[in-house]
Amino acid sequence: MADVQTLNTVAAGMDPAADQLSGPRGARPRRVLSRRNIFLYGTLILVAIYYLIPLYVMIVTSLKGMPEIRLGNIFSPPVEITFEPWVKAWATACTGLNCDGLSRGFWNSVQITVPSVIFSIAVASVNGYALANWRFKGADTFFTILIVGAFIPYQVMIYPIVILLREMGLYGSLWGLVIVHSIFGMPILTLLFRNYFSSVPEELFKAARVDGAGFWRIYFLIMLPMALPIFVVAIIIQITGIWNDFLFGVIYTKPDTYPMTVQLNNIVNSVQGVKEYNVNMAATILTGLVPLIVYFVSGKLFVRGIAAGAVKG
Amino acid sequence: MGNDGVSVSIRNLSLNFGAVSVLKSLDLDIQDGEFLVLLGPSGCGKSTLLNCIAGLMDVTDGQIHIKGRNVTWEEPKDRGIGMVFQSYALYPQMSVRGNLSFGLKTAGMAKDEIAKRVARTADVLQIEPLLDRKPSQLSGGQRQRVAIGRALVRDVDVFLFDEPLSNLDAKLRSELRVEIKRLHQKLANTMIYVTHDQIEAMTLADRIAVMRSGQIQQLDAPQTIYSRPVNRYVADFIGSPGMNFIEGEVVLSDGAPRFRFDGLDIPLANYQFDKAGAQAGQATFGIRPEHVAVNSGDDWPFSASVPVEIVEPMGSDTLVWSRLGKQALTIRVSSERAPRVGENVTIGFDPMNASLFDAASGDRL
Repeated sequence: MADVQTLNTVAAGMDPAADQLSGPRGARPRRVLSRRNIFLYGTLILVAIYYLIPLYVMIVTSLKGMPEIRLGNIFSPPVEITFEPWVKAWATACTGLNCDGLSRGFWNSVQITVPSVIFSIAVASVNGYALANWRFKGADTFFTILIVGAFIPYQVMIYPIVILLREMGLYGSLWGLVIVHSIFGMPILTLLFRNYFSSVPEELFKAARVDGAGFWRIYFLIMLPMALPIFVVAIIIQITGIWNDFLFGVIYTKPDTYPMTVQLNNIVNSVQGVKEYNVNMAATILTGLVPLIVYFVSGKLFVRGIAAGAVKG
Repeated sequence: MGNDGVSVSIRNLSLNFGAVSVLKSLDLDIQDGEFLVLLGPSGCGKSTLLNCIAGLMDVTDGQIHIKGRNVTWEEPKDRGIGMVFQSYALYPQMSVRGNLSFGLKTAGMAKDEIAKRVARTADVLQIEPLLDRKPSQLSGGQRQRVAIGRALVRDVDVFLFDEPLSNLDAKLRSELRVEIKRLHQKLANTMIYVTHDQIEAMTLADRIAVMRSGQIQQLDAPQTIYSRPVNRYVADFIGSPGMNFIEGEVVLSDGAPRFRFDGLDIPLANYQFDKAGAQAGQATFGIRPEHVAVNSGDDWPFSASVPVEIVEPMGSDTLVWSRLGKQALTIRVSSERAPRVGENVTIGFDPMNASLFDAASGDRL
């Protein structure tokens, strides 16, 4: 008791209200224009400009007419805005024998990408689920083979696959390319799904088994609803990867079934006639639009899926 | 053996992971309606044993019988068991109602029967207000209650608990402990409960199986395990603060056994020796802190004056760290009679309450 009283008198002598409030209090103040901030934002802005200038040049050029382009001021905005190059790139530009622009390639690419994405993800997610939760005999060996598959250079397999597709009668068709994309997406997607399902608490899986659920019931009712973020990641990886593919497209299809990227190359690299820079720029932007839109729409989901680790129950 | 009273019977069960043997030809009979606790430190195989009983792990050798049926090769759902996990393992995307009815739906039960069962279970566990919530909206205690409900709703013979309270804080843990005990009294089902917490084991169990590296060391009623541990390992594992161990030797002077150490001498006339009787040799003398009396004034078979080195007040009790001969001795006294550091106190105890272990094998003498 005596001690407490002494403390009280000491505290009273200091006049707490006046003394304690005058010192530093609350959040530390920060200068907006500190050297650190200038350096940080300066670097960021520089890098951003560096990356955005090509895009700017492309858009600006695609909106100019050829006479204006010949003046050579590639950075100057268009004096007279024209959408003619865009229309031409989409509908009338000539590639080889056909003169219906990129539209044919666009629909080919859609017909290649959609089934490839659906098929590869459906198979890979089941693969990953089986590898993570149903430890079957030889699972580790199987997984190792799959991972090694991810490191084999594509070029090694090009010719054997040509023969395989020819024997199957699928060479040159869209479905042949769909099969090729699905196979080559398998290692990385399976790895992705396996790792995600491994992070799901094992007890959840055990509980479902005690409740009597089998392989497919656990997959569809327990695992699938929890795996949405990783599905989004897989879809983005696959759409951009398959849409941007050039090598497989040029090898396994015919001019009628060329995907958009191959057609773009044919437009841009055509040697006869004048080089129509504005049409080339418009065609390039058109081709890159799909992955760009996918990124913009799903950016947030993508980051969340990549970051998703433990699932809170 | 077709025994009627036996609910779960484990016969000669072995489990190896490659070269590592996790369970070593284990035998265990659990009576109908019994609450059996598997107790041991982590890595002793207790959870593995539970997973084997549940059918979530394939055994290497031996058999498991539940209700007189050999279920060694059967799927978990066909064994008549319900299981509660440490991490609750609730299906995160389903409501509480969905969690409770998932197993019944899987079994293809009629809708009105499912509703009836869910309602009954919710009533027993008092979770009706939570039925439409998602697991993420529940507290830890509520989640574990739902997890118990998921086992309850399936109307099984045997409940398996895998450290169900380890993720809860101390207060909730003691609340749910009582609730599980109440549930057992009400349902009278067979329950097998894995824990490393000896308080849970002591309070809940009809019998405790103390395990160590894949083998059962002792299978007995809690009080027997506490007062008559079969070996030094069990004696050391059970009880907090732990039993005092004093190294010395048993000597026979004029036929009367005495325990001699550091120049001191404890008469063992009251001690109940094993069948083999008293034999001279190296031994460990074990006495629990609460069996040592301080300044009691009574006449004890053994008494000595010891210095007080450290005093640890724990509320109701106070733990006194001292030294008997050259060896550490902890004593539990009621707080109002706690001595001060530096004092010398007179202690006394009766070897009747003590345990003697062979120094080499650790077995009870």
